Amino acid sequence: MQDVSSSANSANREFVAFRVGAQEFCIDIMGVREIRGWTPATPLPHAPAYVRGVINLRGAVLPIVDLAMRFGLGLTEPTPRSVIIVVQVYQQVVGLLVDAVSDILTTSEASMQPTPDVASDLAKNFVKGVYAVEGRMISIVTLESVLPIAAKAAA
Amino acid sequence: MTVDTMAAIRQTFFQECEEQLSEMEVGLLAMDEGNADSETVNAVFRAVHSIKGGAGAFKLTALVQFAHTFETALDFVRSGKLHPTADVMKPMLRAADVLADLVEASRDGKEIDESSYAAIAAEVKALTMIDGAEEVEEVIDFQPTVIDFGLPDLTPEPAAAPVHDYRVGFTPRPELYANANEAVLVIRELSRLGQAETTCDVSAVPDLETIDPNGAYLSWNIKLSSEVAIEAVREVFEFVEGEAEISVEADGQPEISDADIAALLAQALGSAPAAESEQASNVTNAEGPVQSDPVQPEQVASETALPPAQVAEAVKTVAVPTQTTIRVEFDRVDRLINLVGELVINQAMLSQRVIEANFAGSSSVIIGLEELEQLTREIQESVMAIRAQPVKPLFQRMSRIVREVADATGKQVRLKTDGEATEVDKTVVERLAEPLTHMIRNAVDHGIESPEERIAAGKPPEGNVRLSAAHRSGRIVIEITDDGAGINRQKVRASAIKKGLISADAQLSDSDIDNLLFLPGFSTAATISSISGRGVGMDVVKRSILALGGRISISSRPGFGSTFSMSLPLTLAVLDGMAVSVAGQTLVVPLTAIVETLKPKKGEIHGIGADSRVMAIRNTFVPLIDVGTQMGFREAPADPEHSVAILVETGGGARNALLVDSIQDQRQVVIKSLEANYGTVAGIAAATILGDGRVALILDVDALVTGSFEDQIAAAARYGTEG
Repeated sequence: MQDVSSSANSANREFVAFRVGAQEFCIDIMGVREIRGWTPATPLPHAPAYVRGVINLRGAVLPIVDLAMRFGLGLTEPTPRSVIIVVQVYQQVVGLLVDAVSDILTTSEASMQPTPDVASDLAKNFVKGVYAVEGRMISIVTLESVLPIAAKAAA
Repeated sequence: MTVDTMAAIRQTFFQECEEQLSEMEVGLLAMDEGNADSETVNAVFRAVHSIKGGAGAFKLTALVQFAHTFETALDFVRSGKLHPTADVMKPMLRAADVLADLVEASRDGKEIDESSYAAIAAEVKALTMIDGAEEVEEVIDFQPTVIDFGLPDLTPEPAAAPVHDYRVGFTPRPELYANANEAVLVIRELSRLGQAETTCDVSAVPDLETIDPNGAYLSWNIKLSSEVAIEAVREVFEFVEGEAEISVEADGQPEISDADIAALLAQALGSAPAAESEQASNVTNAEGPVQSDPVQPEQVASETALPPAQVAEAVKTVAVPTQTTIRVEFDRVDRLINLVGELVINQAMLSQRVIEANFAGSSSVIIGLEELEQLTREIQESVMAIRAQPVKPLFQRMSRIVREVADATGKQVRLKTDGEATEVDKTVVERLAEPLTHMIRNAVDHGIESPEERIAAGKPPEGNVRLSAAHRSGRIVIEITDDGAGINRQKVRASAIKKGLISADAQLSDSDIDNLLFLPGFSTAATISSISGRGVGMDVVKRSILALGGRISISSRPGFGSTFSMSLPLTLAVLDGMAVSVAGQTLVVPLTAIVETLKPKKGEIHGIGADSRVMAIRNTFVPLIDVGTQMGFREAPADPEHSVAILVETGGGARNALLVDSIQDQRQVVIKSLEANYGTVAGIAAATILGDGRVALILDVDALVTGSFEDQIAAAARYGTEG
């Protein structure tokens, strides 16, 4: 775990960085409840393709969102080494299926750069900004827009 | 006082009110049954009194006023001036309903139009006007210092019993008045016990400049000659204990010296320095330093904002808990139940793994596992028991429904209850209220005949409705029995034919006809009345019972009445289900929906339309629902000959066959919410966790069925006109 804090700013925040396909993303560590391995999910009928189903998280039913699919990067082929990041957004707890967790970053709000103005839906809908870390580009994910809220409206 | 503490106290008050109301109802019903012993009457009086006291503290004027009227009438019963006959109990019971309404309205911050209960208030008030007697406060003529409370009509007959002399000292503290108690009532009660000579001590009344209108400065010394025991004298002060300095001594004991009284007064004054209370001045009619308008005690109380401790005390002094209980937030219990559910699953997983790992040879491991299993089960049962509560409050509510409907229809009905102590999960109790209310209404409105009709049929004019609860093989069975006319089968049949629910030549057994009542669309016309004609039929009742995982049935004997019986699970946290396999997935079908399981044979499945199929079951064609394709688990429909058909019945009574690959077993599953983290899924009621730790989905049979075939002819024919 390396510290890559870029400033002594008091508003330093910690992020969990992870890989989805060849790209790197991160989310605020405060929203992360735990990180766990992949277990086969029970598919949900009539669910969007990026919802892989539900798993049992110590008695709670946890929906799993395939982030690659959600971002339009194609379906993830989960392996026992795949990682599920359990996040909480408001009252909802959801698991995010990613390829691997890569880093814990400490960085400041100030060093966040606006999302480059590209035509991609991913950039427009799910990324609120990017960090430049040692020559890598790490996109900050907007958690709220990733969740399968659509399911609620459909029912 | 912060808004939060005030809100918390308020909440406590209303929670206490619930208990008081239920105690009151129990007592009143016992009185109505003729069991008006002094303990019962006292309990009812106490309940109403403490509601009044608390309400006074929260400035709930309407509630205080009504409670006061009610309390006065109850006091008359308590003192034996009013006998709890049927004529007296009827307005009393209705007053209890009004009181409950007022409490509810106060809690929700709503206003109740006074005119809606003015008639009952007047009726109750009229009870206290018997023999020219009026509310005593207005009659007693007080002397400034020496008061003789020996009202001639209240003095007991001189008896041969030995007479004791008591010296009673009574020094109210400000709390007493603030809690809407009245010193005069206590003294009057005391004077009923025998010959009383009352002296009022006004020496503590300060100058006008320093007087506190909320203070209490008067004290009384009473010389009482009575034949009752000293305990009975002390009992008089039961309601004001802790709100006054009280001393009761039998004569012969050292008399209370002036110094003692001075000390007592100093003590009382120490706790509240200031002036004459308005009530006290009102009561004593003294030319005292305060010349205030005569103010009713409840108004004084309502103008007095109480510090929390006093409010708590006001409520506490009267509540006599029979068992030690604690109030726990529902969320905490829910969390515990979830965790225990998880423990149960984990234990099952562990057992399975141990067997897989071939530890079976090691007996110590097996014994340990068995112990764990037993412990887990016991913990689960104990935790479930936390949420369990008796059906008593629910049944009590029903007695009110019976009264209301009987009044509205001019019938005489008595509700008898059995098995009130039977315990069910709170969630079940809550969701039972509505269907039960509806059935009780029906029983009185449609079941019981008018008094004239009953007499003509050779029955007593008063009808009986019996509500009973009992545990039977892990479920609760609730029965509603009336001794009315029973179901008029010809009328039901004719009505069903008219509505197109059955064909004119249908061959139906008596019980088939009775069950027509549950069909949607049956109750719309014909049976409409001001009470039950609320657009809700028995189909809705049946649906809510089924939603609870229950079953309902009717049996009826013409001329002798009907019985509705419901069998319900004890909790909604677990469900009896049948685990089935569909396209490699395990699904759970609620057992209550299942009629039977069948192995489809060649030729029993027929296509209808482009992609619909039906299955022939004993000469009727039932829509066939392929669960695999419905759920989107596979594209192509399953081959019926290698599948199992489960005949299910929906809440609406419609039958369908669900096609699944195979049946695994029958089991109890712990219900888990899908909504919490995801949302609702069409055709899925909830989820559960299997022994291997995987999530399985529980089918919502109703949704599955209605969502798939509503446009089919079969459905249209079945439902007839719209429900």
